[in-house]
Amino acid sequence: MNRPASFAVNGLLLAAAAISVAPLLWMLSASLMPAGQSNVFPPPWVPAAPTLANYRELFARLGVGRYLANSLVVATAGTGLSLLFNVSAGYAFAKLAFAGRERIFQWLLAALVIPAQVAMLPLFLLLRALGLVNSYGGVIVPALASVFGIFLVRQYARSIPDEILEAARLEGAGEARVFVGIVLPLLKPILVTLAIFTFLNIWNDFMWPLIVLTDSRLQTLPVALSLLSREHVQDNELMMAGSVVTVLPPLLLFLGLQRYYIQGLLLGSVKG
Amino acid sequence: MRPNLAGWCFAGPALVVIAVFFMLPVAAAFVLSLTDFDIYAIADPANLRVVWLHNYVQLLRTALFWKALGNTLYFVVVGVPLSIVVSLATAVLLDSELARFKGAFRTALFAPVVTTVVAVAVVWRNLFHARYGWINYALGAVGIAPVDWLGNPHWSMPAIILFAVWKNFGINMIIFVAALQAIPRELYEAARIEGASATQQFRLVTLPLLGPTLLMVGIVTMAGYFQLFAEPYVMTQGGPLQSTVSALYLMYEQGFKWWSLGVASAVAFALFALMLASTALLLRATRARLAAWGG
Repeated sequence: MNRPASFAVNGLLLAAAAISVAPLLWMLSASLMPAGQSNVFPPPWVPAAPTLANYRELFARLGVGRYLANSLVVATAGTGLSLLFNVSAGYAFAKLAFAGRERIFQWLLAALVIPAQVAMLPLFLLLRALGLVNSYGGVIVPALASVFGIFLVRQYARSIPDEILEAARLEGAGEARVFVGIVLPLLKPILVTLAIFTFLNIWNDFMWPLIVLTDSRLQTLPVALSLLSREHVQDNELMMAGSVVTVLPPLLLFLGLQRYYIQGLLLGSVKG
Repeated sequence: MRPNLAGWCFAGPALVVIAVFFMLPVAAAFVLSLTDFDIYAIADPANLRVVWLHNYVQLLRTALFWKALGNTLYFVVVGVPLSIVVSLATAVLLDSELARFKGAFRTALFAPVVTTVVAVAVVWRNLFHARYGWINYALGAVGIAPVDWLGNPHWSMPAIILFAVWKNFGINMIIFVAALQAIPRELYEAARIEGASATQQFRLVTLPLLGPTLLMVGIVTMAGYFQLFAEPYVMTQGGPLQSTVSALYLMYEQGFKWWSLGVASAVAFALFALMLASTALLLRATRARLAAWGG
C-alpha cells in the first residue's frame, strides 16, 4: 500500500541489523585468516584461504581449553546453585507467610540501588580470610543469590493459585513436597529464564573474576582474553579467534532459548 | 507457627547469602573508607589506623579523581541519551506495521547484548584501528579523514561511547517494543483522522504514553553506565592521557594494583553518592514533564 514508507522502514531496519551483526561477522572472518592478513588497508572481507591455525594456536599453545573449561565449570555450577537459592526464596516471598516478609522484600528492592562494586573490596578480604580467593568458589559466591533473581521468581510465582497449595497441604503433603511436587513444575518456564540469565551473567562477568582469580590456571575466558589481548596486541587474527571462542557459547544459548530470555527481560523490567 | 517457619526455611538461605556476601561488605566498605587500609594492613591488621574523612579530603585534592569523575560523567551524559535514542528509534521501526521479518531483525539487533563485553571490546579495538580499522575505512569512503580513535584523548571516550551504544541498545529496544505494543492502535487512528502527521503522532501519542517506561529505562541505563570498567580496561587501559580512566577503573587500580583499599573504598562511595545524586536529579527533572504528559 505505502511503498516508499515501507521501503524506508525496512531499509533502516536492514542497515541497523547490519551494523549490529557486522562486527561479529568480521570477528569470525578475521579469526579464519592467517597471521597478518587482516592488518592491511583496505581490510579484506573474507580470508583468501580460510585456516584454523589461530584456533589450533589458542588451544595448543595458549591453553585456552583450560580457560574454556574454567568458564564452563564456574557458569554451570554458579547457575545451578543460584537457582536453588533464588527459586526457593522467590517462592517464599510470593506464597509463604512469614513475619516481616513485606518489609524484608522492600529492603531487598532498596538494596538494588547499591552498585555491586562497592562491596568488592571488603568481599575480597572476606573471601581471603575464608581461603576462597583463587578458587572457583570465590567467583561463584557473590552470584549465589541475587535480588533480581528472587524478584523474577516472586513475580511469576504469585500467579500460582493458593487453592492448589492448600489442597496438597490438606492431603498431608509437607512444605518440601508441595515445593518439589507442585510449585517447581509450575515454575518451569521462569526456571529456564533465570537459568539463562544467570549463566550469561556469570559467563560474561569480568571485574569480579579479574579481582578474585589471580592464579592464571583458574582464570575464566574473559579474564584470560583481556590479559592475552594486552600481550598480543599485534596478533589480531589470533585475538579474533579468542573472541569467537568466548562469545560463541552465550550467543548459541541465546539463539536457542531466545523466547525465554526475552520474556525474562520483560518480566524483570516491570515495576514491582 | 508452621507457615512462618516454612517461609524462613525457604527464604533464609538466600537472605543469609545476601547479608553475608553483600550487605556486610557494603557496610565494611564504608568503614574501610575511613581507614588507611593498605598493603601493610593486609600483612598485619595492627598497622590499620582510623583516619576518618582523610581519604575523601585527599581524593578531592587529587587531579586524577576529578578526571575519573569527569570521564565517567562524560560517558553517562552522552552515552545514556544516545543509547536511549537508538533503542527507541529501532523499537519504533520494529513496531511499525510496515516492517517485515520482525523476528529476524529483532534477533540481529539484540545479538550484541548477549555477547561478552571483553571479547567484543577486543573486536572493536580492531575496528577502531587508526590505519587498518573498518571504521576509518568506511569514513574514508565518504571523504572523512582517518581518526586516531583510541590514540587521541579527544576521540577515545567518543569511541568507547559508540561501542557501548552498539553493545547495549538492544535491551531497551525490547522493553520499548513491549511498551509500544501496549499503546492502543485506535489512538493513532484518532490522531490520523484529526490530521496529525507521523511526527506529530509520535510526539503527541507515543512519547507521552511511553513516559513512565522512558523514565524507568533512563534510571536503569544510567546506573549501568556509571559502572564503566571493562571497556576502558580492554580498549585503552585508561589512556591516552588518562582520558578514559573511569571511577571504577580508578577504584580497581587503587584497590587491587596499589592495595590502597581505604582510598579505593572512598572512591567507591564517591561514585555511589554521584549515582544517587544523578538519579534524584533525573527524577526531579522528569516529574514535571511526566505530570504534564499524564494530565
